[in-house]
Amino acid sequence: MDRPEVEAKMTDLLVDELGLERDKIAMGARFEEDLEVDSLGVVELLMALEDTFGVTIPDEEAEKIVTVGEAVDVVMTKLES
Amino acid sequence: MSRVALVTGGSRGIGRAIATRLGADGARVAVNYRSGKDAADEVVAAISVAGGEAIAVGADVADPDAIAALFDEVSERLGPVEVLVNNAGITADDLVLRMKPEAWDAVIQTNLTAAFHTTKAALRGMLKGRWGRIVNITSVAGIGGNAGQANYSAAKAGLIGLTKSVAKEVASRNITVNAVAPGFIETDMTGALGDEVRDAALPMISMGRFGSPGEVAAAVGYLASEDASYVTGHVLVVDGGLGF
Repeated sequence: MDRPEVEAKMTDLLVDELGLERDKIAMGARFEEDLEVDSLGVVELLMALEDTFGVTIPDEEAEKIVTVGEAVDVVMTKLES
Repeated sequence: MSRVALVTGGSRGIGRAIATRLGADGARVAVNYRSGKDAADEVVAAISVAGGEAIAVGADVADPDAIAALFDEVSERLGPVEVLVNNAGITADDLVLRMKPEAWDAVIQTNLTAAFHTTKAALRGMLKGRWGRIVNITSVAGIGGNAGQANYSAAKAGLIGLTKSVAKEVASRNITVNAVAPGFIETDMTGALGDEVRDAALPMISMGRFGSPGEVAAAVGYLASEDASYVTGHVLVVDGGLGF
């Protein structure tokens, strides 16, 4: 899966799972400050990412994710390894 | 709507009554047992005869790996757990000065730590489904303590802290987390108490009798239902007016 595909799937997940508005989602958007996703929402998103992409994201890496783009980075790294 | 319910320690006593009640209320029930397979099968049969659906699933909830396998099996056979009842509990009574570390550890592990692991496993599916009920079976001993039961009381009190904390974390996702605190209930656990203990307990109970497992199960049934949709982080005491 290439980056644009992951980005598109990520956006879909954010809209479907967290109910976010599609036009607010940019790769530089911060989950908590810009998208107002609470801490539980970030956990939910990570679980959805694991299920959707079939990857496992350890807590230490998950804690560092601040923006949408960083979440895509982590998924890309997992998919490539 | 037919919810999937998991009752740990559901083969006898209060757990059996809870499993039976949830089955009667229309849930598809996974009756977890540690060693009482025959007893668990009986509970399943009774639920089926009454028109419900149930399965028996063996797992020692003191073992976190067994919990993961338990949830996988229930998910495969019935679906993701929507109602979790953390009922499995043991006692290893002794005065604290004589209590061995193993006795402390074992009771904390089965009665409290197991609930931490099962809660994590269940929340995954409940968050996805945006609906959940977690009911933790604590005890009046967890509220007031009990001489000779420092480990049991500590674990049961711990369950109350767990209940209230998790309730606050997941309330926004339509998941309620509550506890039921039974007093003296007629089960194998209290059946093992000597006559002296029973005779000392009865005068403290306003209703003048021990409770039945069904009376505790009724409280669990309520908390697991839609009727309790605005109740969370609560400890529902079912003790016949103990200590008034």
